Amino acid sequence: MPNDWEEQLDGLKQGSVRSMARLITWVENRRTGWMDAMKTIYRNNGQTRVIGITGSPGAGKSTLTGKLTSTLVEKGYSVGVIAVDPSSPFTGGALLGDRLRMKTISTMEGVFVRSMATRGALGGLSLAARDAVKIMDAFGKDIVIIETVGVGQDEVEVVKTADLVIVVCVPGQGDGIQAIKAGIMEIADFFVVNKADREGADQVVMDIQTMLSLSSQDNDIKVPVLKTVSTTGQGIPELVETMSDFLTNTEKTPKKTENRIREELLVLLEKETARALRKNWVDKGLLDKAVENIISGERDPYSIVQEVIKTSLIN
Amino acid sequence: MENKEQKKAPLRVLLGKPGLDGHDKGAKIIASLLRDAGIEVIYTGLRQSIEQIIAAAIQEDVDIIALSILSGVHLELSRKLLYELNSVTKADLIPVIIGGVIPKQDIKSLKQIGVAEVFPVGSSFDDIIKIFKSYEQKKV
Ligand SMILES: Nc1nc2c(ncn2[C@@H]2O[C@H](COP(=O)(O)OP(=O)(O)OP(=O)(O)O)[C@@H](O)[C@H]2O)c(=O)[nH]1
Ligand SMILES: [Mg+2]
Repeated sequence: MPNDWEEQLDGLKQGSVRSMARLITWVENRRTGWMDAMKTIYRNNGQTRVIGITGSPGAGKSTLTGKLTSTLVEKGYSVGVIAVDPSSPFTGGALLGDRLRMKTISTMEGVFVRSMATRGALGGLSLAARDAVKIMDAFGKDIVIIETVGVGQDEVEVVKTADLVIVVCVPGQGDGIQAIKAGIMEIADFFVVNKADREGADQVVMDIQTMLSLSSQDNDIKVPVLKTVSTTGQGIPELVETMSDFLTNTEKTPKKTENRIREELLVLLEKETARALRKNWVDKGLLDKAVENIISGERDPYSIVQEVIKTSLIN
Repeated sequence: MENKEQKKAPLRVLLGKPGLDGHDKGAKIIASLLRDAGIEVIYTGLRQSIEQIIAAAIQEDVDIIALSILSGVHLELSRKLLYELNSVTKADLIPVIIGGVIPKQDIKSLKQIGVAEVFPVGSSFDDIIKIFKSYEQKKV
């Protein structure tokens, strides 16, 4: 591992916020040496609990995250926030605006807020966000909140691995819960009906409860539905209390940990083998050659890929 | 080749508005301009204190801090910001770019204070993008 990595890892150990931030950047960028760095970080992982917050655009996720964070800090926790927004698929640029609603927490003692762009490639986001969680964990954060818009599959993947998933709904989006995509409802441990100062909040609560009672197979699990007004903080103390109960009660479910590790391992394996193969291929000019061979009719894509798998993966 | 380019990590820029002046129309235009140029823009909005700007820049590990200042206090603000920022970042400085209502004669003073680039109202968008993008080369 090059020296500069060592320097930042030392910094992380000594509680340097700058080092934590730099490590997140370098790991996200897959800078050479990142895997060795992550090995060290993984060894220093402790007990960070991860909360995923998702829901439709503009539902108040960032405002809610801000309020939750300040309440948790008051209770003595140190909190990391990862706020995810989409990258433009055309330019690779991104407008990351979640900090706008988290102004007051960014200078609070013990709080670290990081904006993250989705950067394209499917599966990549959940890895990058998970790496960032691990770095924050090694730094000593008690809780990490991940905010994503509940639209893309990749964003769902990210929150899925959280210890607690909160889905945020709001009144006044036509048919309230229809706005929430299928696939998100299923992963919710809690529902929060935010903007409860608006008309129709109770109706949304009832809709969600109806939906839950229809789809529920396991009657032991009761999914809480809470109302909040994130702008004023109304309902936040109740939410924090419910969260705290949930996290205490689920502390010892090895099943969830096992699933998460399995999922992470598979995604990492897929990504990294694909990357290594691809790099090897492109670097050696094999890609160009394969394309030529296919065009000339000598080969077909399937036999080429079969051959690559045989020669590089199976020995 | 295509693959080389994909590997290059996007530049990260913090864009904010310190002080109390009113609107952020200009800042928002610059924000979308930079995004369209392939930059990750962390937009912090209006009324940022120097403390908030520095905290955000460190946490986000940005390559550039870009501030829009319309209130005429650019000299004072820059002096204070750079002093405090540099004492936090030490040898590993973060360049500061300032835009807004800035009289020509103040540009030199701003640069003396340590501001990396200055874009007075009326600067061409092409120039702005070109300068921001030039920092990509300096990125490690
Ligand atoms: N009336 C009302 N407005 C709220 C409430 N919570 C948030 N808002 C407003 O809703 C708007 C969007 O809030 P954000 O927190 O940015 O929402 P978000 O879900 O993070 O948005 P994206 O990240 O863009 O998807 C802002 O103008 C907030 O002030 C609430 O409880 N009541
Ligand atoms: Mg948001």
